Amino acid sequence: MTSRDKILAAVKANQPDLRPLPEVVIPVSHADLIQKYTEVASGIGAKVYEVESVSQIKSILADHFDMSKRKVTTLADFADFAETDILQLDPHALEDVELAILKAELGVAENSALWVAEQHLGQRVVPFICQHLAILVEREKILPTMHQAYEYIGERDYGYAAFIAGPSKTADIEQSLVLGAHGPRSLSVFIV
Amino acid sequence: MGSNAKTAGTLDHADLSDIFNRDEPRVNWHDETLWFVRTKRDRAAHSLPEWELLRETASGIKHNVLSNLHNYLQQFEEKAIANGVQVHWAADAKEHNEIVLSILKKHKITQMVKSKSMLTEECHLNEYLQQNGVGVIDSDLGERIVQLAEEPPSHIVLPCIHKKKEEIGDLFHVHLGTEAGESNPQVLTEAARQHLRDTFLTRKVSLTGVNFAVAETGEFVVCTNEGNADMGSHLADVHIACMGIEKIIPERKHLSFFLRLLARSATGQPITTYSSHFKKPRPGQEMHIVLVDNGRTTQLGREDFRNSLKCIRCGACMNTCPVYRRSGGHSYHNAIAGPIGSILAPNLDMKKYADLPFASTLCGSCSNVCPVKIDIHDQLYKWRQVLVKEGHVSPVKAVGMKAMAFTFSMPRFFAFAGKAGRSLMRLFPFAVNNKLNPWFKEREMPAPPQESFREWYSKNRK
Ligand code: SF4
Repeated sequence: MTSRDKILAAVKANQPDLRPLPEVVIPVSHADLIQKYTEVASGIGAKVYEVESVSQIKSILADHFDMSKRKVTTLADFADFAETDILQLDPHALEDVELAILKAELGVAENSALWVAEQHLGQRVVPFICQHLAILVEREKILPTMHQAYEYIGERDYGYAAFIAGPSKTADIEQSLVLGAHGPRSLSVFIV
Repeated sequence: MGSNAKTAGTLDHADLSDIFNRDEPRVNWHDETLWFVRTKRDRAAHSLPEWELLRETASGIKHNVLSNLHNYLQQFEEKAIANGVQVHWAADAKEHNEIVLSILKKHKITQMVKSKSMLTEECHLNEYLQQNGVGVIDSDLGERIVQLAEEPPSHIVLPCIHKKKEEIGDLFHVHLGTEAGESNPQVLTEAARQHLRDTFLTRKVSLTGVNFAVAETGEFVVCTNEGNADMGSHLADVHIACMGIEKIIPERKHLSFFLRLLARSATGQPITTYSSHFKKPRPGQEMHIVLVDNGRTTQLGREDFRNSLKCIRCGACMNTCPVYRRSGGHSYHNAIAGPIGSILAPNLDMKKYADLPFASTLCGSCSNVCPVKIDIHDQLYKWRQVLVKEGHVSPVKAVGMKAMAFTFSMPRFFAFAGKAGRSLMRLFPFAVNNKLNPWFKEREMPAPPQESFREWYSKNRK
């Protein structure tokens, strides 16, 4: 008997009688989503900008980050601003990226998380290996809670996807919060 | 207490806590730091009027998982294989370690990077790999710190919560070349970032834990704040994810409940920085999942204790536990410390861990904060009875069983109570919560909200 069969047999023998899955509706409020999103995101160290145009985003980024360093993006609108040809690269070749500009499919007001799926990443490592990360999200794609987020995601297929909330951080040394653990040192969110 | 455990040649929880308690200022600091985390958890929980409904539902989903695990495991396996992932099954720690080593050997790898996985602690994977010529670098900052100190983690979420920044500074001075006497967390974190970045860029195999695995889709979710699981895995040629078989959840949409509860319960954050959904290997990458039993099917068969398998490893029961806070994680001499560790450990070895269910005041604060509503303190009480019946507890202690709740742990840990001016709430989290019936009330009773949940619910359900 393989371990697989042994484990499955033991599970079958020992599991209790079937209990049904709970079916619940979690109450939700759709009020002030942008305000809520901004509050929560700022609370965990992200910077949030409500913007009208791509050129506005570019000028904000130019003001805050070192433009002489390497920038990458998967967004056609930023082709004049950052490298777009990253799909074929070995992920290690992205080691010196200063700024990455990506797009999220949705944002979640209750925790400021942004859903980025592989299709929009170019490379999975991009939002982690860059020193600074900028993510665009459409205003009407800010949803109240994780329940609406997963409803939106539904059954779509992806190889990899992530919720990203704020810059990477750690509080492992005496609980003092330090931004920029292994991933980006800052997160700028542009609500468009 | 626990004279039995000592015959095995090891120190039991009481002895180990006595050692921890020799340094009173440190104990007070440890206690206060964890209580601070607990208060952050309270604020996060109380900010959601639907909190109790989330707990109730998450608990219900986990009940369903345990009752249908046989099907879910097979469904998960089938989907994962269809996604291009290689699935392995390990009956115990030994087999788990052998599987990991065989993958490394196949690729002729002698260096691996690993993100947080309590399962690999449980299986003592690092030691095993070291003995077999493989170097492992833990990439979670807290885990890296305890690894440099050659200690196990003392907490499942905050691995080096027992360490002062000056001690960490000394370790980094020796191992990472920081200035002598440097203890600024910002500076130390930056040094670790540089050192580990180099590790990420040069390792070909990355091992991660798994927080949730979805039967419906075959994907698994890993939660970190640092981004270390992702940095390791997206750069490596081979990603190995190790999980206990109880990590399965039925459907993707159920993640919403668990992700809403996990970080809020753990640290008071609204969500961890990264909740990464791994479904397929990236082109050219090899992805493995190791499904591990190691006693879980036995626990599943113990009616009184099977609910412990609902645990999502948030650590809230440790942060709130007056005994854990004042005895430290290492006193539990088990990979998982605190109240939940004290239920899980005797399942693996009753004799060795007979002392742990007694390392509790049975105050019930653990059960009150548990996001999946595990009846932790009831199970601790039941373990005591089992252990007495099986002859793992000295007769003297067995006689005292009835009055056990306060007599055992309290004097040992609370001798300094008044002196240090600690708040009543922190010492007796249950006393303030519920004066009348401290042990069996299921909520931790925050200040009552302005409107009741029912009123709020009927107003907002549209
Ligand atoms: S038992 Fe509950 S509170 Fe303790 S770690 Fe597990 S889920 Fe968290």
